[in-house]
Amino acid sequence: MECQECHERPATLHFTKVINGSKTENHVCEHCAKEKGYVSYGEEAYSLHDLLSGLFNFEPSSLNEQTSKDITSQHHLKCLKCGMTYQEFTKVGKFGCASCYDAFSERLNPIFRRVHSGNIVHDGKIPKRIGSNIHQKKQLNEHKEKLQELIQSEEFEQAAQVRDQIKEIEKGIKPNGEGEV
Amino acid sequence: MSLQQFINEAISPWMKEEGPDSDIVMSTRIRLARNFDQTPFPIIAKSQNLEKILDFFQQEYHHQSFNNYHDLEFVKMSDLQPIEKRVLVEKHLISPHLAENAELGGALISKNEQVSVMVNEEDHIRVQLYFPGFQLEEALDQAFELDDWLEEKINYAFDEKKGYLTSCPTNVGTGMRASVMMHLPALTLTQKVNRMIPAINQLGLVVRGIYGEGSEALGNIFQISNQITLGRSERDIVEDLQSVVNKLVEQERKARHILVEQSELQLEDRIFRSCGVLQYSRIIESKETAKCLSDVRLGIDIGYIENIPKTILNELMVLTQPGFLQQYAKKTLSPHERDILRASLIRERLKLEK
Repeated sequence: MECQECHERPATLHFTKVINGSKTENHVCEHCAKEKGYVSYGEEAYSLHDLLSGLFNFEPSSLNEQTSKDITSQHHLKCLKCGMTYQEFTKVGKFGCASCYDAFSERLNPIFRRVHSGNIVHDGKIPKRIGSNIHQKKQLNEHKEKLQELIQSEEFEQAAQVRDQIKEIEKGIKPNGEGEV
Repeated sequence: MSLQQFINEAISPWMKEEGPDSDIVMSTRIRLARNFDQTPFPIIAKSQNLEKILDFFQQEYHHQSFNNYHDLEFVKMSDLQPIEKRVLVEKHLISPHLAENAELGGALISKNEQVSVMVNEEDHIRVQLYFPGFQLEEALDQAFELDDWLEEKINYAFDEKKGYLTSCPTNVGTGMRASVMMHLPALTLTQKVNRMIPAINQLGLVVRGIYGEGSEALGNIFQISNQITLGRSERDIVEDLQSVVNKLVEQERKARHILVEQSELQLEDRIFRSCGVLQYSRIIESKETAKCLSDVRLGIDIGYIENIPKTILNELMVLTQPGFLQQYAKKTLSPHERDILRASLIRERLKLEK
């Protein structure tokens, strides 16, 4: 297909323009596209972050009432710690602080899935020092769940054992706890 | 300053060592992104927050040593001249972002320049380790040790489910980018590289030219690195990367073998022409330099050229970049002046070997 502007070079850029609801299809070569301003070739290359912030904006272009309500609530998401709003986050493509992860958590999993091939949970190194608490906390939670189960099934002997184990773990956590007495 | 002296200072000590598979793998790098848990990330942090972090690093780590990394030196970006920063960028010790945008940035660099910890870049802390040749496992072990050492004094932003919290969602989880720099002249010449890239991408790995722009790889040097940081452990990621790099090394060796067998004279001609250009030209652009250096390095690996050391490609790729040329000249140079100085520096460097 030849370029509709110069009729010389082959058309390499194909796009549809929608102005006031009327569609026109366009086929131009790169040279004419540049000249006519269909595309802008800025000084800076299109960065990964531009692509990323594009990923976050999956708002439909035509809104019905229900989705527009959703989006309003989305815009009100705000990190109380650093003050960054969800809207700002989607523009910059970067978090403002560690607490943003909590503040925007309801919106983040789709983003993580896209960026990390469907993964949303960390599997890897845990910090050696502060992580020992995390490891113990994990154990503690597991034991507490087990305790509840045992109590419900009225296996009190075993429950007592688990309760003692929980006490042991809790003793272990204290010395690492932020230096409080 | 004599050229020899300049080179000694310009080339990181670790680069002069020869690592495993160094005929194809130039270097291995591990980078870990970390943040302080109670401080906003650098993009929105107040300057007093960032200054506090700089002071912390200055106080706790300046002149410290860890394992083989002796006499760590902490430098603040604000204390460096633009050309000095550029030289650090060209040595890959700091990122262009840190040099240009982070006024309150810093870097903790070991004496052998194998370790560089960038401070207040996109994240508060970016730990980087370089190794000559192909040494992913060693690099990861060392990176973990260094990370633990830093963590003794720093409370990292870490979440049980999301892992290490980073400013950009592309780094969350392990915060790790493992990368390997490879010289693949035969796979490029036979156009095989382009066909292999899509397959490599499917494994969640990225291939890009390290010096050139876009998809063009200047000097046939490619960087292979992981894209995914969430949901897979560091060891798994490194294992994947390792197996792909092994495959590439094997394919590159095979392609070199075939090239020599099928078109020995053409190949020899190409290599010696490039050698001639480097030895005799008076004006040379960086693109031509990269091409010729790649050819000469291939010539050394195959055995056509004997009196030039193997490290010439790594060395001159670094030395002939604008920042270094200007530091050598001790003044700002126009592109044309740089091309002249580049040609003369290469000629001088090759004479050192005779």
